[in-house]
Amino acid sequence: MFEDGSILNQLLVERLNYFIYVVLLLIGLWAMIAKNNLIKKLIGMSIFQTAIILFYVSIGVKKGATIPIYLPEHDPHGSNLVTDSNSTELTAHGPQVLEASLVSGYTNPLPHVLMLTAIVVGVATLGLALSVCLRIYRGYGTAEEDELLEKLEREDARNTGGLTRRRPRSRRPNRNKATNNQSKRSASFESSKSQSPKNKNRRPSNSKPKVGSSSGSEPTENNKPKPRRRPRKLSARKPGENKS
Amino acid sequence: MKRAALILVLLIGLLLSWAAKDFPSWGNPQAPASSSPVSSHFIASTGVDTEVPNMVTAVLADYRGFDTMFETVVVFIAGLAVVSILRGGPTRRTRDRKFVVDFEPDLIVTNTVRLIVPVIQIFAFYVLAHGHVSPGGGFQGGVAMGASFILIALSWDLKTALNRFSIDRCFTVAALGIIIYAGIGLLSMVLGGEFLDYAHLSQVLPVSPEMARYHAMLGVEIGVGFTVTAIMFALYASLSTDGRMQDGL
Repeated sequence: MFEDGSILNQLLVERLNYFIYVVLLLIGLWAMIAKNNLIKKLIGMSIFQTAIILFYVSIGVKKGATIPIYLPEHDPHGSNLVTDSNSTELTAHGPQVLEASLVSGYTNPLPHVLMLTAIVVGVATLGLALSVCLRIYRGYGTAEEDELLEKLEREDARNTGGLTRRRPRSRRPNRNKATNNQSKRSASFESSKSQSPKNKNRRPSNSKPKVGSSSGSEPTENNKPKPRRRPRKLSARKPGENKS
Repeated sequence: MKRAALILVLLIGLLLSWAAKDFPSWGNPQAPASSSPVSSHFIASTGVDTEVPNMVTAVLADYRGFDTMFETVVVFIAGLAVVSILRGGPTRRTRDRKFVVDFEPDLIVTNTVRLIVPVIQIFAFYVLAHGHVSPGGGFQGGVAMGASFILIALSWDLKTALNRFSIDRCFTVAALGIIIYAGIGLLSMVLGGEFLDYAHLSQVLPVSPEMARYHAMLGVEIGVGFTVTAIMFALYASLSTDGRMQDGL
């Protein structure tokens, strides 16, 4: 099955890197197309980007080559220059360009450079996209695409003749209803936090969990029995302070 | 809808696999990417041009200096956009107590982090400053440095970290990084070269033109490191708190 020349051998043995990049790319593409949640779409985009990065880096691999940093004996200004400085020929030709036979001993630096910046810029742009998602969630109370489209259509129907869709303040009361109806799929924070009791176990301290909507205003925190164990020097927060 | 998407994705997968059959095999030295004149030129003459042993750093900060500068600007603008998108806005009413997570910082965690954070920061400086002769550079060092502040925010709370590195200071530092980068470029322009042509800095530095490029690359990497550090932490601070900069994760 994997004998030489067969297509499986070509794909899965000789070109496994490309196969993995194709698979990652497809996972990302699938998430971007088929997932309903905006955050999941973004993570799919991130996986897609990872596939491209893997593709570039695997292109830069060269068999029998070392990392693209000069070995000491090849560095034109390194130990070579020091040994040459005793001879008088240094002023004649100076540091020499690496010969072609030595060039093949170093991997290609260009893919690494391109991906180095792409990773950091990818993180920054992913953060930007997530912030837009957060803002959408803050405005519409959902990050699910179908609920979002429904709300937008309803809003369009409401103010026909209006210039633009304005901010969705008026739909606040609808939000809980919408999320309760679809709480199976909903990613809304409120419904999951205020309804599921297992969230209480995730609070690591014995303080009253501040879940729910209104219980946070009563100052039950000040008489909690737990002593401060935090080291004082680095802590900027006093026990009751964040209740404000 | 999902079925159509699946069919589409599988079709694209088949096409890509079919195309991957024609790619050069893994690690082939005769592959077009490895034998192209551009990368051969970089490998052969980086040492002569710049005295920097690490070709990746040399290509990043010198040969492709424009690219790196504007990528730093992209990072800066992204951070600025995240903070300004999340800060303010019409519906501040989600600012209730739903997100408040109240806990005491753990003794073991905080003391471990207190031991680790200086090591991380020194390592970040090492990665940044030693990026010419070993793997490293401004982006990597900046990310490690930003991660140390994120670690402080995770183990204590965001307020503790913001007391050390406030958001305003983040953007001051980020802008300072870009000013350092562009300033080195402008300085070499003033000295008679082109923008980001560091060799002309040898007129003000008491070194050879190749060594001037080495030192200018270090300055450029420091600028990149400033920007990346500040923006990484600003991204974390605003995204983890929905822009309120308090009571976050």
